[in-house]
Amino acid sequence: MSKASKKMGDMRTGYGEELAELGSMRKDVVVVGADTTQSLKTSLFGYKFPERFFNIGIAESNAVSIAAGLALAGKIAFVSTYAAFIPGKCVDQIRNAIAYPNLNVKIVASHAGLSVGPDGASHQQVEDIATMRVIPNMKVLAPADEYSTRRLVFVMAESSGPCYMRLARPKSPVVYEDDARFAIGSSNILRDGSDVAIIACGLMVAEALDAADILAEEGISCRVIDMYSIKPIDSDAIVKAARDTGAIVTAEEHNIIGGLGSAVAEVVCEHAPCIMKRVGVKDTFGESGEHEELLAKYGLKARDIASAAREAVRAKQRIDSR
Amino acid sequence: MMQAQDLLRLKEIARRTRRLIIESVAEAGSGHPGGSLSAVELVVALYFHKMRHDPKNPKWEDRDRFILSKGHAAPLLYAVLAQAGYFPIEELKTLRKLGSMLQGHPDFRTPGVEYCAGSEGIGLSVGIGLALAAKLDGKGYRTYVLLGDGEMQEGQVWEAAMAAVKYRLDNLTAIVDRNGIQQDGLTENIMPLEPLAAKWKAFNWNVIQIDGYDFEQIIDAYNKAEETLNRPTVIIAHTTKGKGVSFMEWSPQWHGQAPKKEQVSKILEEMGLL
Repeated sequence: MSKASKKMGDMRTGYGEELAELGSMRKDVVVVGADTTQSLKTSLFGYKFPERFFNIGIAESNAVSIAAGLALAGKIAFVSTYAAFIPGKCVDQIRNAIAYPNLNVKIVASHAGLSVGPDGASHQQVEDIATMRVIPNMKVLAPADEYSTRRLVFVMAESSGPCYMRLARPKSPVVYEDDARFAIGSSNILRDGSDVAIIACGLMVAEALDAADILAEEGISCRVIDMYSIKPIDSDAIVKAARDTGAIVTAEEHNIIGGLGSAVAEVVCEHAPCIMKRVGVKDTFGESGEHEELLAKYGLKARDIASAAREAVRAKQRIDSR
Repeated sequence: MMQAQDLLRLKEIARRTRRLIIESVAEAGSGHPGGSLSAVELVVALYFHKMRHDPKNPKWEDRDRFILSKGHAAPLLYAVLAQAGYFPIEELKTLRKLGSMLQGHPDFRTPGVEYCAGSEGIGLSVGIGLALAAKLDGKGYRTYVLLGDGEMQEGQVWEAAMAAVKYRLDNLTAIVDRNGIQQDGLTENIMPLEPLAAKWKAFNWNVIQIDGYDFEQIIDAYNKAEETLNRPTVIIAHTTKGKGVSFMEWSPQWHGQAPKKEQVSKILEEMGLL
């Protein structure tokens, strides 16, 4: 039985260290930065392989387009900065220069969701899953912790074509043991249960595990799924969860429109209609505040997920008793 | 100096290219003749004189790369690629039609197309990526990027201008089709670009200005760009939108409007092509 541990990890450190490791294994990996390379820890790759590391400065559209050119010439190009800027500032370049020609560019953005905290709404990217998800050829990943971030760096490098991965800024609870497996289009059941399934991504996975603890004390049996691959999405796992439990709750640090909840709802309503509740940022901009305070204010804590799950279970029972 | 024979050959290819542009755009019923006609000699000189490329092996690793950043001039690129032997000239009749390899803007389904331009302002950055990769791989291929002048109103062009100098990309040549006209009118009325050469000089590029219809000047500029070390070159080619068709020249109206099929023979006659 998996449980969010008290041990903490750091997604950016995981990303930077594995990228440098990937660089030693593969000579065709290049890294493009946009002035935030210390923060993203891509500088670790830069120290080891300065000739394959390009800091383009505060010019994100240019950076992603240069990455496209490098990929055209046969490189695997990783390009990174904060999610507010990539993809936030350059959806056009990502669409036309990377996704349309299906190039091998891996976009990894940190500080996604509300996790940038005190910097406020301008920097809190809660739209990126939606904007990347609707672009053909683009794959979208949102790892739950440092370990899964590390594994997904390699998964991305082995997959062909464009991919977007969103990371959080703060240190985050360790969710995975060292033997977990990851693949694009897959998901992981972290805890099994029969009354309701919580499908979460990113930092919300740890909150979902805490929510499952709360619910367990009330006698509600809860399945928790880490849906780290949002596109392509693991439809089979969603359909199975819908059929097994009859009640699904999604949780994401993203606008409630267009993100994980929408992606799950698309599968549920076409293939296995059931009661569904979505936990996310309710189509509003954020504000300055500590990350934890923001999660509480915007209804993204374990207790909010638990409360949505309770509602879903009650709604299911009302229908069953008719 | 060029051999007189070479010059005649290039002029003949340019004439034929103009004819193919007019015919294919008229057949398609839509497209951008103005900006295609204005840059004919610049692109013909690349594919039929300057660039190392192999139409039988479009993915040859050491080929020089050409990026048409002003993607709306696709009819020009297609006419040149077809004549070079990348695909049969007959295909030009399918331009912009459903199922065609010749999309409205360049796309990888066409052999010889290096980049799917269409959204303005991106091509020079992509060219930087190619040029960086060439240096990294120790390869001698050169990258040429053709920009529209109106396109330089996009800020990203100037982001790219900074980056190419940082990385001393002497294997990158930008070519500006300075025809002075964009969709809504004169560039200098819509959003002035001048002093354009001074801007590029201030960004520390090697700047060459030429008459965009004089093959000797064009080829001399390409050669000088290749000889220039440690910095990129921009060739500002002074051109005329709609070049070669009297009623299209200097007319913003013909930026994105196709001639009618019944106009074609009159146009070709006027151009001395019938």
